Amino acid sequence: MALLEVKNLKTHFFTRKGLIKAVDGISFSIEKGEIMGIVGESGAGKSITGFSLLKLIDKPGRIVEGEILFDGVDLVTQTEKQIQKIRGNDIAMIFQDPQTSLNPVITIGEQMMEAILYHHSDVSRKQAFASCVDILKLVGLPAAAERMKSYPHQLSGGMKQRVVIAMALLNNPKLLIADEPTTALDVTIQAQILYLMKKLSQDFHSSLILITHDIAVVSQLCDKIAVMYAGRIVEYGSKEEIIFDPRHPYTKGLIACLPKLNDDQERLYQIPGIMPTLLSLPKGCYFKDRCELADSECDVYPPEQCMGERRVFCHKVK
Amino acid sequence: MGWFKNALVQEYMEDKLAVLGLLVFVLLAIFALMPSLFAPQNPYDLTQLFLENSFQAPNSKFILGTDEQGRDIFSAIMYGLRVSLYVGFASTILSVVIGFTLGLISGYYGGWVDTVIMRIADIQLSFPAILIALIIMALWGAGIGKIIIAITIVNWVYYARTARGVVLSEKEKDYAQSAKALGMSKMGIVFGEIMPNTTAPIIVIATVRIAVAIILEATLSFLGLGVPITEPSLGSLISNGYQVLFSGYWWTSVFPGIILMVLIISINLIGDRMRDIMNPRLKR
Repeated sequence: MALLEVKNLKTHFFTRKGLIKAVDGISFSIEKGEIMGIVGESGAGKSITGFSLLKLIDKPGRIVEGEILFDGVDLVTQTEKQIQKIRGNDIAMIFQDPQTSLNPVITIGEQMMEAILYHHSDVSRKQAFASCVDILKLVGLPAAAERMKSYPHQLSGGMKQRVVIAMALLNNPKLLIADEPTTALDVTIQAQILYLMKKLSQDFHSSLILITHDIAVVSQLCDKIAVMYAGRIVEYGSKEEIIFDPRHPYTKGLIACLPKLNDDQERLYQIPGIMPTLLSLPKGCYFKDRCELADSECDVYPPEQCMGERRVFCHKVK
Repeated sequence: MGWFKNALVQEYMEDKLAVLGLLVFVLLAIFALMPSLFAPQNPYDLTQLFLENSFQAPNSKFILGTDEQGRDIFSAIMYGLRVSLYVGFASTILSVVIGFTLGLISGYYGGWVDTVIMRIADIQLSFPAILIALIIMALWGAGIGKIIIAITIVNWVYYARTARGVVLSEKEKDYAQSAKALGMSKMGIVFGEIMPNTTAPIIVIATVRIAVAIILEATLSFLGLGVPITEPSLGSLISNGYQVLFSGYWWTSVFPGIILMVLIISINLIGDRMRDIMNPRLKR
């Protein structure tokens, strides 16, 4: 049985301007120890997917349909109290910006120990302190014991992100959701952090969902990739399939957009146009206005086409 | 002396006027805390009052003169200062506790809780503070405990509104979200994570509002609705002297007034400096 199985998940926002289908019927599954990447442009619904898994959706948003089976339990039907026990314990989340995801007026140590003590009332402060120091060493923070007394503003961005990752790993979660964990970091630190996360997820036997707009990152780390566009998954499959044999025109575009060092081209490839706003989605395929292959057939939303484990939503894939 | 090395303390000391304000305030506070050590006379002890001393102009024995009962104004001011400061601090602490808590809850939970709390605050703010306090005191009668409660009822609104405003921006920040993602309960997030980030503006407002609370108490006492006559505050001393002010006994009213003014100015100087050093936007 898969560790996490998401079936037809729909998270909609009921705003004054109208209904926004931020996540509109997506399905995927993750095995134990697997790393999955969710790729897409800004506003494609990647982060909302991540937040939905932990039921962190605030009003006016709501999960309207679907199942999130985690270890066989449907999280959608769980009460807030039950979810609180799962958050940070079985499923942990790493946020995009380490600068703001630590509380600025509380020391690192206090924040980390809190995360343990909140879920384990039988652990003493001394034990909690020790395991915090251990895990800080594990993520490669120098002088871990002294760092426990530091405030977030005394650390650099990369160090802060290490602390955030350490904090997420404290309770040995089965699933880690990382929402653009490296976007706010230098390119040189990015690779370090990514490989650290990969190594840690292997060491801890935890699964990892990596949310990113950077398909290069995903191609390095992930076992499985889901490409999202305007709230829906347009292509889903193993890393090899998606990166080396993309079928959906959007996935092809994303990969073509990547700069290559040995390329003499003057300009990078661009996917023409921008993603439609979720308030006024076109009829039929959402991508048709930007797609070179689009014709009258695309006025109907393409059905799912399965090729083994792989799924593509496009009329032009035969 | 690690305390002197504290960055906030050092920054405070940079403004000489604020240091002066602090010194004056500390001096007055010492007088108020231990009046029996400094006062030549206990103005509450009727056996120490002699009517032949009544209405003496300031002289070597009574440096600030005496009132109609022969009470030494200098001593009365010290004891009055104690009542004024006590009422000011007690009501401010009480209104911070109530207002801060309600503001945090109101800002974080939103919805009808927010609506109810903030509409009550709005209604209250639409009346002048003195009017509300007057109504309460007129209904309950004089008394130190009652005046503290009355001033608290007037003042909690300011803390609640400030706290709510700060919470509204703080709760959207990632650390609040990530605390939620760590499985913390709403109460845990409000009081454990958000509250420490909202204390700075509350402290600033509290320092300024202490002065307002003291003035309000003095006003109520001046109008005869404040502290009982047996425990005169600065306000009741002024009021007492005011009745004979035009008979030439100016010292009975003017000296308590000057002390009240000095007290308020020193608190305001401290409050202004606190606002400057705690506001990140004014940081150099």
